[in-house]
Amino acid sequence: MEKNNAKAWLYLIPAGIFLAVFMIYPLIDVFVYSMEESYNFASQTSRGTGLFNFSYILHDTYFLQAVKNTALCVIITVPISTVLSLLIAFGLSSIKPLRNLFQTVFFLPYVTNTLAVGLVFMILFKKTPYTDGMVNLLLHFFHGPSIDFIDGPYWAKMMVLCIYVIWIVMPFKILILTSALASVDQNYYNAAKVDGTRGWRIFVRITLPMISPTVFYLIITGFIGAFKEYSDAVALFGTDLNAAKMNTIVGYIYDMLYGNGGGYPSYASAAAILLFAIILTITVINLMFSRRHVYY
Amino acid sequence: MKKRTAAKVITYILLILWALIVLFPFYWMILTSLKSYSAYNSEYVPTFFTLHPTLENYVNAFTQVPLGRYLFNTLIFTVITTVVMTIVAVLAAFAFARLKFRGKNIVFGLFLSLMMLPNELVVITNFATITNAGLRNSFPGLILPSVMSVFYVYLLKENFEMVPDNLYLASKVDGTSDLKYLLRVLVPICRPTIITIIILKVIECWNSYVWPRLITDDPDYYLVSNGIQELRENGFGRENIPAMMAAVVVISVPLIVLFLMFRNKIMEGVLRGGTKG
Repeated sequence: MEKNNAKAWLYLIPAGIFLAVFMIYPLIDVFVYSMEESYNFASQTSRGTGLFNFSYILHDTYFLQAVKNTALCVIITVPISTVLSLLIAFGLSSIKPLRNLFQTVFFLPYVTNTLAVGLVFMILFKKTPYTDGMVNLLLHFFHGPSIDFIDGPYWAKMMVLCIYVIWIVMPFKILILTSALASVDQNYYNAAKVDGTRGWRIFVRITLPMISPTVFYLIITGFIGAFKEYSDAVALFGTDLNAAKMNTIVGYIYDMLYGNGGGYPSYASAAAILLFAIILTITVINLMFSRRHVYY
Repeated sequence: MKKRTAAKVITYILLILWALIVLFPFYWMILTSLKSYSAYNSEYVPTFFTLHPTLENYVNAFTQVPLGRYLFNTLIFTVITTVVMTIVAVLAAFAFARLKFRGKNIVFGLFLSLMMLPNELVVITNFATITNAGLRNSFPGLILPSVMSVFYVYLLKENFEMVPDNLYLASKVDGTSDLKYLLRVLVPICRPTIITIIILKVIECWNSYVWPRLITDDPDYYLVSNGIQELRENGFGRENIPAMMAAVVVISVPLIVLFLMFRNKIMEGVLRGGTKG
């Protein structure tokens, strides 16, 4: 037994070293950083210990802009993508021919490089002196005005970002929901059919309650994912997100750490901890809510 | 009955519409990459097809900017990270699944709780660690913090536990060592799961952007994500969109091919708990 014991730890050593150096130590260190006021990475000096870093970022207009952008992105993309993926997954599970083909196609955005395909979206939406871009042509067709979605007004930029985020997150949601729908016990449907229940009632009374745990799971992961939104924004608007007024909380963390305004890990840590607090709060609220409304 | 047909038609229209939305960007990038520079810039209204496809953009993508270098870097990064991750994860999963040791449940519980940690919390110190170790702009600096994936250890452990105990006991009777049992019996039996985590890790590595961006500012060490961002900001000259699209196609193709080859494995792996990393 004792011999076995020592051997087991031997197998865990490689994983343990990686975790200790790159996850556990950093986890403690981030709180240390967040308390070291205005710690400068280049000069390795700080002004003292305290909560100044938090107050600094909460008064930083760039941070407030980032919070606003992120919150808007969350509020817009999570409901739309959830409802849309429900519709599509429901459609998928009600057909037989071509189902595999559709599933394959719908999953494609998952395996693409966000930065690379973001460039395609940028070109579709961008207005340059040479061309108005695809999307503007579509707007012209409906007699709309041309809008520069990439360098133009705030709402237009936000719209493009949300569209791209939804395009990226849909494959995951469709996949999860389709499999949840497939696992609903067929007997419920047969019973409903015997009772002569109508289609819409079946959906509301049987399907939705049966897959509600999955839907809640998707909402939680959707919230967390959208709060961590970053590389999609870089793909569309370039690395200088502050200048484009399209920065996100995660983007703010990285800019503080490294980049034009970088070299301040203490501010970055404070922002990261606030982000973590937000995510944790939402998860807890969601869990409390779901316990009351999910039919397991 | 008529109502049912109508519902079917509406369903198909909805699905086809979404398929078009998904496919259109791919179509557009391939189409644009085949248009010549002058043809593209003379189209105020972009055309939906081209009668004179050209491969000059692909030549430009490899000759005017170091796209080949970016691809090569990404390949090295992906292969080494994935190989090291697989070895580390298999060993750890074996310890959790098969061996009995005191405090196993506590260690595993702590281990699982690490899965909840957002990457943003630990990246700050990792940045400092790697910078202070002088590993900026190097492969070890890129690879080391990217290796560990708690989730894959969990997935493997679950799979290892499904293998009947009898096999382990039999091998013990035969005097086989634990390591030999792991390599000769467990790994071959659990090959499907191991392949799944390898593919998921490859996708993650190929698309990783944030860490490489933080830790490299020398284009010699750029991965494809950083390379494409660099191309966009100072590559071909800002307006050479067709060449940029050729680079985008080159970067996207390997993963799409991988997906079409291992479609079921990838979808099953994602279903079992992967999120977009």
